[in-house]
Order: sequence, then C-alpha cells, then structure tokens
Amino acid sequence: MDPGLRRDDNGVAAGRAIAMIYVIEQVLNGAQFGVMLFLMAAGLTLIFGIMNVINLAHGSLYMVGAYVAAAVFGATGSFLIGLAAALAAAIVVGIALEVTLFRTLYARDHLDQVLATFGLILFFNEIVRILFGATALYMRVPDFLNGRVEILPGAPYPTYRLAIIAVGLAVALLLYLLIARTRIGMLIRAGASNRVMLGALGVNVTLLYTAVFALGAALAALAGVMAGPIFTVESGMGESVLISAFVVIVIGGIGSIRGAFVAALLVGIVDATGRAYLRPLLALFTSRAAADSAGPALASMLIYILMAAVLFVRPQGLFPPRGR
Amino acid sequence: MLEVTGLDAGYGDGRVLFGVDLAVGAGEVVTLLGRNGMGKTTTLSSVMGIVRAQAGTIRLDGAPIQHLPPYRIARLGLGLVPEGRQIFPNLSVHENLVATASGAGRWTIDSVLGLFPALRERLASLGGLLSGGEQQMLAIGRALMTNPRLLLLDEATEGLAPRIRAEIWRVLASLKESGQAILVVDKNIAPLLRLADRHYILERGRTVWSGSSAELAAAPDLQQRYLGV
Ligand SMILES: Nc1ncnc2c1ncn2[C@@H]1O[C@H](COP(=O)(O)OP(=O)(O)O)[C@@H](O)[C@H]1O
Ligand SMILES: [Mg+2]
Repeated sequence: MDPGLRRDDNGVAAGRAIAMIYVIEQVLNGAQFGVMLFLMAAGLTLIFGIMNVINLAHGSLYMVGAYVAAAVFGATGSFLIGLAAALAAAIVVGIALEVTLFRTLYARDHLDQVLATFGLILFFNEIVRILFGATALYMRVPDFLNGRVEILPGAPYPTYRLAIIAVGLAVALLLYLLIARTRIGMLIRAGASNRVMLGALGVNVTLLYTAVFALGAALAALAGVMAGPIFTVESGMGESVLISAFVVIVIGGIGSIRGAFVAALLVGIVDATGRAYLRPLLALFTSRAAADSAGPALASMLIYILMAAVLFVRPQGLFPPRGR
Repeated sequence: MLEVTGLDAGYGDGRVLFGVDLAVGAGEVVTLLGRNGMGKTTTLSSVMGIVRAQAGTIRLDGAPIQHLPPYRIARLGLGLVPEGRQIFPNLSVHENLVATASGAGRWTIDSVLGLFPALRERLASLGGLLSGGEQQMLAIGRALMTNPRLLLLDEATEGLAPRIRAEIWRVLASLKESGQAILVVDKNIAPLLRLADRHYILERGRTVWSGSSAELAAAPDLQQRYLGV
C-alpha cells in the first residue's frame, strides 16, 4: 500500500469530521436562538391568537427581564436570584400593562393597538435609559454554567448555550402540557374560540386574560434573561428579537403554540446556518468580493424569504388553529 | 327563583325590549314564545348579563343580578344553552363538558353521558366535527355540568331531525321529572304544551300574554295572532 495515499485519506476524513462538527455547532447555535425565539413567540401568539391584540411591546418585557436579571445578578452575585427577580418583575409589569392598557385595547382595531404598543416601546426604552444609563449593562455567564461540554470527542460547545436549549425545550414541553392537558389550557383554548360563551358558563374571562398576559410576560423575560450573557443588555434590545418572533408566529400559524415551536426552531436554524454557509456557498458561484458583500445581506434576509415561501404554500402558516 | 320585571334592553342605541315581565319558580318549566325577532334571545341574554339591562330588575332568589357580569350570574346557578349551540369547536367533547364544569352537584361526566349515550363514543372528537344533533346534546350537557338551578334553553330543537328532536324533548321531560327548573324558548308549541307549566308570549319586546298550558291550548286565536301557528 502507498503510504502517501493513506495519509491523504486520513486528511480528508479529518477534514470531513471538522466540517461535520462545524455543522453540528451551527445547528446548535440555531437551536439556541430558536428556543429563545420560541419563548418570545409563545407569548405573542397566545396574546394575539386569544385576545386578538398585536403587542409590539412584547420585546420590552424581554428587555425588562434582561435588565432586572443583569442588575440583580450584578448586585447579589446570584444568577438564580437575578432570574427570579426578572420573572417577578415581568409578571408585575405585565399585569399592570394588561389591567391599565390592554383591556381597553382588546376591542380596538389593530392600528390602534400598534400605535399604543409602539408608544410603550418608546416609553420602556426611555425608562431603561433613565434608570440604568445609556451604556449597555454587562451580564456574565453564571459560574455553574461557565465552561464547555464535549458534545462529540474534540468538539467542545459552551455549557451556557446548551443550558439555554435544555431550558427552552423543557419550557416548551411544560407549555404544551399546560395548554393541551390542563383545565386552564382548555379555558384558554375555549376563550380563543368564544369568549362570550365562556363567560356565560361561569368563567372570569377578564382574569383569565390577565393570567395569560402575565404568562406571556414571564416567558419573554425568561428569553431576555437567557439572552443577557450572549447579547448586549441595552435599551432597544427587544426590537430585533420581536421582529423575528413575529416572523415565527406567522410561519407557525397565529395562535398555535406547536406552530410557534416548530417555526422558532426552523427560523433559528435557517438563520444560523445561513449566516455560516451562505457566504462560502456564494463564493463557489461568484467572485469572492461579491460573495463577501452579498452573503451577509442575503443571510439576514433569509428568514423573511423563508416566511414568504411558507406563506406561499400555506397562507395560514404551518399549523393553523383547528376548528375556528 | 328568577323574576324579571319591566326589563328594557337593546343593542347600542337600538332598544329591543320594552318592559318584559316573567318569572320562573323552583322546579317549574316555563316557556318564552313569540315569532322571530320579538326579543326572546335578547331576554335570555339580558338575564345572563351578556346584554345589559337598561331598565327594570332581574332578581334571582330576590336579589338583583342585573349589574353582575355574566360569569357571576352563571355561578349563581344559571346554565345557558344558547341559540346556535355555540359549543367550543376546537375542544374535544370531553373537554367541552369538563372545562366549565362546577364540581358540586348531581351532574358529572357519567350522568351526562347517561342522559346522552350518543356522546359517549364521540368523547375524543373535536366539538366542531359533531353533527348538529350531537352538538345540541353537547350544549345541553355542557350547561348541566355547571349544575345549574335554572336551565335556559334557546331554540334547542331548531334545525334538527324529528328523531333528535324527540330525544331532546324526552331529556327535557326527564329533567323536569327530577325537579330541574327550565326556561325554554322554542317554536314547537305541541311538545311545549305537554312539557311546560306556564307560558309567556313576547311581541315586539313586550310580554303580551302569560298563562298555563291549558289556557294556551284553549286559545287558538292567541296562537295564531302571536305565534303564527
Ligand atoms: N347583536 C345584535 N345587534 C343588534 N340587533 C340585534 C342583535 N341581536 C338581535 N338584534 C335585534 O333585536 C331584535 C330581537 O332579536 P332576538 O332577541 O334575537 O329575537 P328572537 O330571539 O325572538 O328571534 C331583532 O330585531 C334583532 O334584529
Ligand atoms: Mg332567538
């Protein structure tokens, strides 16, 4: 046997393994972004699908979660206390918003809702600047999640990101069980199809809506807390994730938690792999310079192209709510 | 038990009811009759608090309820089987029955399925996939599961095959037998004459006549004038 050939074989195999590990890393990055999008989208789709309200300020609850967690984590040194404070703050803010503003918006048309909740975005971004200053807050990865895990031999991946995926999947499962299996879940679904009848059968729909809103706020805050150590905690941080979350609920089918889950993972993975591979892929067909400029631009448009494609095939999204 | 006096109600600026009077006693079966558009559904909606009373009083066991929200009225013991059934189409039959059930009382999933055996095989089906007759049974079962002291039925036999109608009349008779108070809105006079104790006739939002089954049966002119029979 020719030893040179063998060495070459080994080189190709090693190259393949590295490429494979890179793919897995990109998919995990996508899954991590996806579960965060899911936490945002779940609240949005519940609020939009059930109360028929477009809440542009959902991203502000994400920001509130990130800020409170960063501040409390910084002050106490405990990530878990920061997390608990963030969830509590978002629930309180969510309930206050629902009672003072959203209740009057349910019956208004969508344009009024967009204007009012856009106003809220400006309000929250300004409040955060006043309270915490214009510079971004730093939030570090908690010690117990710091480090890397070997997902494959020779392929370390940040523990914190894996934890995000695990928590996101666990919350998705709990949410599914809540909606599909519990009495509260039945009432939420019933209210989505006929709120007047639900009230006439003895259910305090006002209270139910407040609870759903608070749940959505808590999920958004959880996403914000998770994002804290990865992205910057700054005023306006909720808006970009909000837009992606809207793409998710449109792809998934408005009102569908299951749709939001599938679409969030799809959007996350398409986005991450697009950013990683589009430029080298384009370089195969065009000049290096053209690929360098078009690749990133196209990658950031990819989720909207995905949305357009899904809507073309399924105008109601992947999982339109049944029986309505 | 239920006492409505001088009830005015409507939608927006349009008034529909102009002084409706009616009463239902414990264990009584009472009907609300009248041609289409005379205000029967609006009366039931007002009693439930879905449509706000603009004047008059609605009392339950002597206490006024016209300012309460619908869910509080329902919890006081009124069970509505609405016009058009309005079951939750995106919930299974089982979920439709248990979602709004109130724990205490004689009506459980088993006793309701005993009353409507046809629903037993369809427990896992989505409500929206049921036939009209099955949906009607589900709507009645759903209201019973709240263990109401007074059952309100709005056009519960509308658009159903004769065989299903007969079944619903049979169920209502057995409910009456068990002492259930019922307020019925329906267009079928003959079965109502057998089932009900007393009747009210609505004409353009006013109570224009009330009396017993014997009195109504003996007044064909009344039936022709107000009910188009
Ligand atoms: N939601 C509504 N909005 C406006 N008008 C209504 C509404 N529902 C019923 N009406 C009007 O109120 C009157 C009484 O209707 P209704 O109570 O449904 O009569 P019935 O049940 O006796 O057929 C009718 O003239 C009808 O057009
Ligand atoms: Mg009617």
